[in-house]
Amino acid sequence: MTAAILVSIFMTLAAAATPILLAALGELVTEKAGVLNLGVEGMMLCGAVAGFAVAYSTGSVALGLIAATLAGVAAAMIFALLTLGLGSNQVATGLALTIFGIGASSLIGAGFVGRTITRLGPLFPADYAAHPWLRLVFGHDAIVYLSLALVLAVSLFLRRTRAGLILRAVGENADSAHAIGYRVLAIRTAATAFGGALAGLGGAYFSLALTPMWADRLTAGRGWIALALVVFAAWKPGRLLIGAYLFGAVATFELQAKAAGWSFIAPEVLAMTPYLATIVVLTMMSLGRRTGGRDAPACLGKPFPAS
Amino acid sequence: MFEWRRRREPSKAMLYLSPLIAIGLTMLTGMLVFGAIGYDGLRAVTAIFVTPLIEPQRWADLGVKAAPLIMIALGLAIGFRANVWNIGAEGQYVMGAIAGTGVALLTHDMTGWWILPAMALAGIAGGAAWAALPALLKVRLQVSEILTSLMLTYVAVQFLYYLVRGPWKDPDGFNFPQTKMFSTSQTLPAVAEGSLVHVGVPLAVVLALVAWFVLSKTVAGYAVRVVGRAPAAARHGGFDANRVTWSVLLAGGGLAGLAGLLEAAGPFGQLTPQFPVGYGFTAIIVAFLGRLSPVGIVFAALVLAVTYVGGEIAQSTVRLPSAATGMFQALLLFFLLATDVLVRWRLAFRARPA
Repeated sequence: MTAAILVSIFMTLAAAATPILLAALGELVTEKAGVLNLGVEGMMLCGAVAGFAVAYSTGSVALGLIAATLAGVAAAMIFALLTLGLGSNQVATGLALTIFGIGASSLIGAGFVGRTITRLGPLFPADYAAHPWLRLVFGHDAIVYLSLALVLAVSLFLRRTRAGLILRAVGENADSAHAIGYRVLAIRTAATAFGGALAGLGGAYFSLALTPMWADRLTAGRGWIALALVVFAAWKPGRLLIGAYLFGAVATFELQAKAAGWSFIAPEVLAMTPYLATIVVLTMMSLGRRTGGRDAPACLGKPFPAS
Repeated sequence: MFEWRRRREPSKAMLYLSPLIAIGLTMLTGMLVFGAIGYDGLRAVTAIFVTPLIEPQRWADLGVKAAPLIMIALGLAIGFRANVWNIGAEGQYVMGAIAGTGVALLTHDMTGWWILPAMALAGIAGGAAWAALPALLKVRLQVSEILTSLMLTYVAVQFLYYLVRGPWKDPDGFNFPQTKMFSTSQTLPAVAEGSLVHVGVPLAVVLALVAWFVLSKTVAGYAVRVVGRAPAAARHGGFDANRVTWSVLLAGGGLAGLAGLLEAAGPFGQLTPQFPVGYGFTAIIVAFLGRLSPVGIVFAALVLAVTYVGGEIAQSTVRLPSAATGMFQALLLFFLLATDVLVRWRLAFRARPA
């Protein structure tokens, strides 16, 4: 009985953590290449609406997920064109991308408000997860497993492969990387595209798995929390995983408290918790970093070539 | 063949021309996009960008919508110049309105000339207080003001929901989540009898002039620019970057808070859950379109006000969804950032191979 409840709480937690983990992991790779894309929220919304539109019209959640990934890449390429191609300010362009994503998703989604689809189901057949504890291992949907595999893959890629080393070099010292002969802008474009793909996929997790219906701005600022998570994780994939699941715990607490009908805390106060928790965590991170260490890639947000 | 050549100096002409080019490109793209998805593209773009300007009965509405955009964008622009990225103006706007409404509810049975100024001061204080936390965290702990100010926007909006559904709900309001209507002493007077234009509109223009004076004629304004453009030189020159961060965030928060209070005491006349309409985010576009200059911001705010008013017109005439307005505004910012390249580079005709 209690086991079943605990397992069910953890399942909610993993589901809440997954979209943020995906978006943050993509942004981590982008930032490691020296590009600060503040448009995560916008790319997530593009993915969310594209995924929903395709899944609704074709009846296939898988096609929806693919469309969402592509939509995220497309949005990221607008950002890349402006910042890397035309040298525009990365902060301003990222904000523009978010405003664009809000507008575009709301415009495209206008015809889908209130429509529902069959949500993304567990990857494994139900009898694998007959026992509650086995549900912890076999009860998730494909995206949860994919996100965990991607954490491992990105971690290995950045630390153990030559390509990962080059990507980090471009983010740490673009001029030197250029002098050795690496194509800084091409590498940064690829890293930005990867960030867009994962943000799009993370956004679609909202519209295809968490709440299988369309509502305006349904990512509710999670893209910004993903950005904060990258700072919290000190640009390390392993810590990103911990951070995302901690965030999932906060979100699950909010849901559980609402479901349990705790009347001594207003629902609005509960709805504030993820955002307040993010501020608290960012503050604690800074307190802990007082020793003088530096975590961010040295060229983060700086244009190349320098203007 | 054409090629890009870097200009020796940024082009002054392009600095002013590129916003106009961006507006033109936005209209063109909008026409094509909305044409492609089955609307009358030309009529849609005309309704959004032209009708509000040529129909005099819309002008009052333009002023009313431009006023909060001007005030918020002024505060943001001062910050952006100092490389301080306050993007939580929407939250400061809401907190300003909440603080001012607090005074309004306390003074509901009173009359007097002092009530509105007291509400305005509370509005400024509310907005500034909401910006003070990002300032403190930025100055003391180097926490990114981008993230903290934005997170606080979500908190402010939830706080507003809590108040209008709970303690501040009008007991005679048929259980609607809204506060009491403000009394006559708490409502902004119109500039002329029967006009929709409230005193906040001329005030916004006056504030733009004040901001222009402070930024270009005073040492404080100089400090803001130096800290933003050349932090190392600013240190040598004895300018305190932390003080600049504090000042620009408090000023930005105060202006956004004042804008929020004026909106509450003007067009709304009360607080409702529909109060946050996104002016705090649109003001980011205004600040950039206005080239971060106070005078430019007044014109840019008018352009964005045109898209709001025109968007409403297009909803009824071309049945364009309301979300289209946001799309046009975002497109405008994209094109502006893209055409910015013309300020530093020029497209040259290559006569012979280089």
